[in-house]
Amino acid sequence: MDTVKNVVRVGIADMKIVKAPQKIRTSSLGSCVGVVLYDETTKIAGLVHVMLPDSSLGRLESFNRAKFADTGIYSLVELLKKEGVNPNSLKAKIAGGAQMFQFGSKDTIRIGPRNIEAVKLVLGRLSIPIIAEDTGGSRGRTIEFDPISIKLSIRTVNEGTNEI
Amino acid sequence: MNIDYKITDMHLDVLKEIGSIGAAHAATSLSQLLDKKIEMLVPNVSFVSFDEMFDLAGGSERIVVGILQKIEGDLSGNMFYLLPLDSANQLTKRLVGETSIDFHNSTISELAISAMQEVGNILAGSYLSALSDFTQLKIQPTVPSLSVDMVGAIISFGLIELSHYYDEAIVIDTQIIVEGSSSVDGHFFLLPNPEAYISLFRSLGVL
Repeated sequence: MDTVKNVVRVGIADMKIVKAPQKIRTSSLGSCVGVVLYDETTKIAGLVHVMLPDSSLGRLESFNRAKFADTGIYSLVELLKKEGVNPNSLKAKIAGGAQMFQFGSKDTIRIGPRNIEAVKLVLGRLSIPIIAEDTGGSRGRTIEFDPISIKLSIRTVNEGTNEI
Repeated sequence: MNIDYKITDMHLDVLKEIGSIGAAHAATSLSQLLDKKIEMLVPNVSFVSFDEMFDLAGGSERIVVGILQKIEGDLSGNMFYLLPLDSANQLTKRLVGETSIDFHNSTISELAISAMQEVGNILAGSYLSALSDFTQLKIQPTVPSLSVDMVGAIISFGLIELSHYYDEAIVIDTQIIVEGSSSVDGHFFLLPNPEAYISLFRSLGVL
């Protein structure tokens, strides 16, 4: 029971934060990228499940900020700051950005790699170091982060689970 | 690309009818391929969040064979044929007579992939040509592409275009059951792009 209760699930185009001993998880990242931001002193971590690289692609005035790499990561940092996390101590682990299918329109072509590039660009602007990543390829990934061990475990179809 | 009309229950009923017609033709094709009776459930047309859409297909982490075809022409969007690995095994074994095919393996033979893609091609072709006859719209499917992976990873690829503007989508979901199996054996997911609704509803005189 405890294990179920202690894992917070993040949906697609969604973000949440947890405090140890809670873990945080998002399932079946395809071309989407899961960005984990964590602070080792407070043991607080956040996860955003990014779907698209750039919010300027969406032309609506009100939108779900967690959907895009740029707005999603900034919003997650704001959430963490509200919990008392010093943004200068944040570190990142990222996973996802696969190319699930071999074709695409102008919107979908290379969407996985473009999501990864966008995430790295935003993290760079915020000076948040990427400690580990498992990105690209053509496999979906389910990821779970433990703020105590600061390990990100990644499960893929047929390839089992590995930790970064 | 704002939608300047409201989607009502009547529109959803029209989409349900379209799903029925398309899937009935696809089920007939599948039945001929397999020489087995195929049952098709009444399509479920719903306006759902992306996470809810994964649930419709059995949950985001469920592992399936997914065949994706993009649709172009007067009606644009994405079409998925999703089926359990065991069903894909049976289907391809029956079609190509090759017993070593196993979609559970990490490397799947080219033969199995192309056989399964051809199934997708035939099914989507009959689904869409029925749709095209009914609506008089030009609809062309692209070459199919196959992935064996988690439901969420597969379907989210078909949501990229519309997710620029929306957090929900209309999905026309038809479940099919092959004779002799106890559970649902597959789903057709038709995901029209939002701008496609206008041409669709106009062609049917409900806009």
